[in-house]
Amino acid sequence: MPVCKIRHIRLLAAVLAVPILVIVSLQTQAEYADVVLNRNSEKEGVRPVVYPHWFHRIRFQCRVCHTELGFEMRVGANKVTMEGIIDGKFCGACHDGETAWTVENCDLCHSGLPGMETGITGGHKTLGPGNW
Amino acid sequence: MIRIVSTTSTLAGSILLLAFVCLASTAVYAEWQTLKEDGLHDPLNPALQWLQNPGDALGRMPSDSAGNKVDWVRAFEDGYIRPRSSIHGEAEVKQLDTEIIMNDTGSLPRVMFPHKPHTRWLDCENCHEQIFKSKAGATPVTMSKILEGEYCGVCHGAVSFPLTECNRCHSVPLNGTAKSQ
Repeated sequence: MPVCKIRHIRLLAAVLAVPILVIVSLQTQAEYADVVLNRNSEKEGVRPVVYPHWFHRIRFQCRVCHTELGFEMRVGANKVTMEGIIDGKFCGACHDGETAWTVENCDLCHSGLPGMETGITGGHKTLGPGNW
Repeated sequence: MIRIVSTTSTLAGSILLLAFVCLASTAVYAEWQTLKEDGLHDPLNPALQWLQNPGDALGRMPSDSAGNKVDWVRAFEDGYIRPRSSIHGEAEVKQLDTEIIMNDTGSLPRVMFPHKPHTRWLDCENCHEQIFKSKAGATPVTMSKILEGEYCGVCHGAVSFPLTECNRCHSVPLNGTAKSQ
């Protein structure tokens, strides 16, 4: 009987392992289309930037950043620098203290986990922009 | 016999439990992660308390089954959101209400590209002439290129609804026998 019980426990553990793994893996699910920028950040001693598309597209149509501000629609194709931002380019067009917070609030943008590479994240990945 | 019955009932119980936990995990998946838990933001960053969590905003919008779990086109059309067309407020934008049918889709339903929802968000030059030629049929779009992030895949699979949603683009049934496929 004890052998039988051990078998049942093993069976139960095996059956439960799959959904538990699924849940654990989903716990670290970044929001779809979040962009990590880390070309310069960690080299300069700050956390990588996390740019949330979802937050910005509630407020602005795609054309605002991808035409008016000149962001290429390709992660890594834009040479975003703090000097440029302070001069009002890229993020600096809005993050100027009037439309959105200023560059003095470093941690609000430089909010990512250290060690992440530049790229676009989230579920449903393809071989596309997320992996370039 | 008792042992067989016992094993069978345990197996049946386990399968029921598996079904329940799978459903529960789907429910977990349907919700949005907080920034502290998303595996992207540094939970040690004290500034996270000032940032909005996705669920606080996205949970109020028309839902979808993929991507951000938000039907962004409907959210815009139905007035849930009013995203600006220019950094300084509203600018005149060019909207187009034509549809392009792509016929070369093999046994799959044809693709219908609607200009209307795309031009609500994007300018003509975001797509033309670099990604797509304006002349219909002049751009050699293939599914493999899209999956590699070219053509439609510049946005779909990155920011707009993902490439798992085949039928949203392949939406025009083939006539005749091919339809059943």
